[in-house]
Amino acid sequence: MAYVDAVVQGILLGGLYALFATGLSLIFGVMRLVNIAHGDFIVLGAYLALVVVQATGLHPFASLILVVPLMAGIGYAIQRGLLNRTLGPNLLPPILVTFGLAVVIQNGLLTLFSTDTRRLAAGPIETASLSLGPISVGWLPLATFAVAVVLILGLELLFYRTAMGRAFRATTDDAEMARAMGVNTRHVHALAMALSFAVIAIAGVFLAARSNFDPFSGPARLIFGFGGLGSLWGTLAGGVVLGVAQALGAQISPQFQILAGHLVFFLILAVRPRGLFPRME
Amino acid sequence: MSKSVIRVSLLLAVVTLILALAPLWAGRSDLRLIGEIMAYLALAVLWNLLAGYAGLMSVGQQAFVGLGGYMLMISTVMLGLPPLAALPLAFVLAGLVAAGFARLLFRLEGAYFAIGTWVAAESVALVFAGIPALGGGAGMSLPTDAVRSIAASREMREFVIYWLMLGLGIGTLVGAWTLIRSKPGLALMALRDNPVAAVSVGVNIQRIRFWTYVLVAAITGVIGAIIFLQKLRVSPQAAFSLQDWTVAVIFIVVIGGIGRIEGAIVGTAVYFLLREILGDYGVTYLIVLGVVAILVVSFSSGGIWGLIERRFGWSLMPTARRMTDR
Repeated sequence: MAYVDAVVQGILLGGLYALFATGLSLIFGVMRLVNIAHGDFIVLGAYLALVVVQATGLHPFASLILVVPLMAGIGYAIQRGLLNRTLGPNLLPPILVTFGLAVVIQNGLLTLFSTDTRRLAAGPIETASLSLGPISVGWLPLATFAVAVVLILGLELLFYRTAMGRAFRATTDDAEMARAMGVNTRHVHALAMALSFAVIAIAGVFLAARSNFDPFSGPARLIFGFGGLGSLWGTLAGGVVLGVAQALGAQISPQFQILAGHLVFFLILAVRPRGLFPRME
Repeated sequence: MSKSVIRVSLLLAVVTLILALAPLWAGRSDLRLIGEIMAYLALAVLWNLLAGYAGLMSVGQQAFVGLGGYMLMISTVMLGLPPLAALPLAFVLAGLVAAGFARLLFRLEGAYFAIGTWVAAESVALVFAGIPALGGGAGMSLPTDAVRSIAASREMREFVIYWLMLGLGIGTLVGAWTLIRSKPGLALMALRDNPVAAVSVGVNIQRIRFWTYVLVAAITGVIGAIIFLQKLRVSPQAAFSLQDWTVAVIFIVVIGGIGRIEGAIVGTAVYFLLREILGDYGVTYLIVLGVVAILVVSFSSGGIWGLIERRFGWSLMPTARRMTDR
């Protein structure tokens, strides 16, 4: 029974990991950009929510009304002002620039907020749980999983049913041709990043409500999100596989939890070197 | 040998001699600083070979620094060997682990490779944190009698470690320069400039990448062993620090000039200058370093040395080949 329980909790944990990874997957899909600072932006979103909650007294989830547009604005500005000029056939420049951003964010947050660990109090939902026979499932993990699924569904609809999605896909397939057809690809790239940052904001608030965080919590979130890079549903699958692996690893020994996740990461990449659901080239 | 090579070699010899005599003219803390500069120079030269020439964007070099540090503990505490015996052992261990990693990591492309090296390093750190005989998560210190066996007096020990670091820094620099000027170096430069064209003229990319990765890892292991010989204490957090052994090194190379031998020298100088000037303001130097790196990548992909090269046509350590008249 303990293993069934671990698998269920692992699947739900996967929802959180999918939430962490969706923004990363989105921009990788649209412009082949790997945002090394992705995890640090999630932590930045968590701190932004912390500031908003402290200033306004809003519930953490209600603070998203402010945090999502703020983060989206930051994302748009970073892409337009900085990252657009590094895009090209060479993968190295965007990796290096986002690497620089990661260190700037980590140490900037450290200067502003010290190394104290923080947490956002989400109220009774934190401990409330639902009994399913012998297994009890927390409402917060359940809600996280549901949000991840709804978000991915929404993004899929946006990509395949809207004019904006068409511009995204056109830019992905052939940026030059899209430009020739009158698409402003710089603007489209920046919009994709804004969308990614909106998801990052949501991920940040869930991170803050579910666990302690400090300025250096970011890099681990990046790693947790990498298994299914390339497609949105692959991101969810990757998150779930990783969550289950960690939960089962923790059953063997608490020390083995993270390592089990890393080993599965390699297992996935050994079998599928380009992620669980690679895009067609 | 061309004139400029002889001139640079002479200059290097003079600088090395002056630095080797540093125990005569420098104080304790200066000696430590120069030693540290040498360690970073070596790490930067090596990462530059990886990312700048072989196109292997590794963010997991801390794995090999840490392996070197732990090899020092394993060989002195568990095997009862003298500390200096750890250096060749670290070379072998790091090289073997790298060869193992390569089998898996070399299947990955671009960004996946970068993240893969990182996860690999994290995994190695977790494994060492889980070995109780090596102090687990808390780490362990080098036993005092092992420390004494390096040299009798503390002063002499510091000199020995300093000379080791100096030898490694200069040795790695000269070694990399010689390599780049050799036949495999020509293949490395072809790989840097255009991988597709390199393949088409018969460069075996996979083989040259594999050996670059393994050799760089092995030497990085030796650097790790010496670094922790100086620190006398090793813990998973310090030994496998992403920040100290990879992030700082990447910044050094990027700012100095990636894919250029001189880049590592210039970058190391800028890094330590910033750190010493801004050191009193906590982590500010890291923020400044990050901003400088971002600006450099955005506006001059060749780094500071790339700018100098373009502007003045200088070449401190020439690697270009010219057609002779004959």
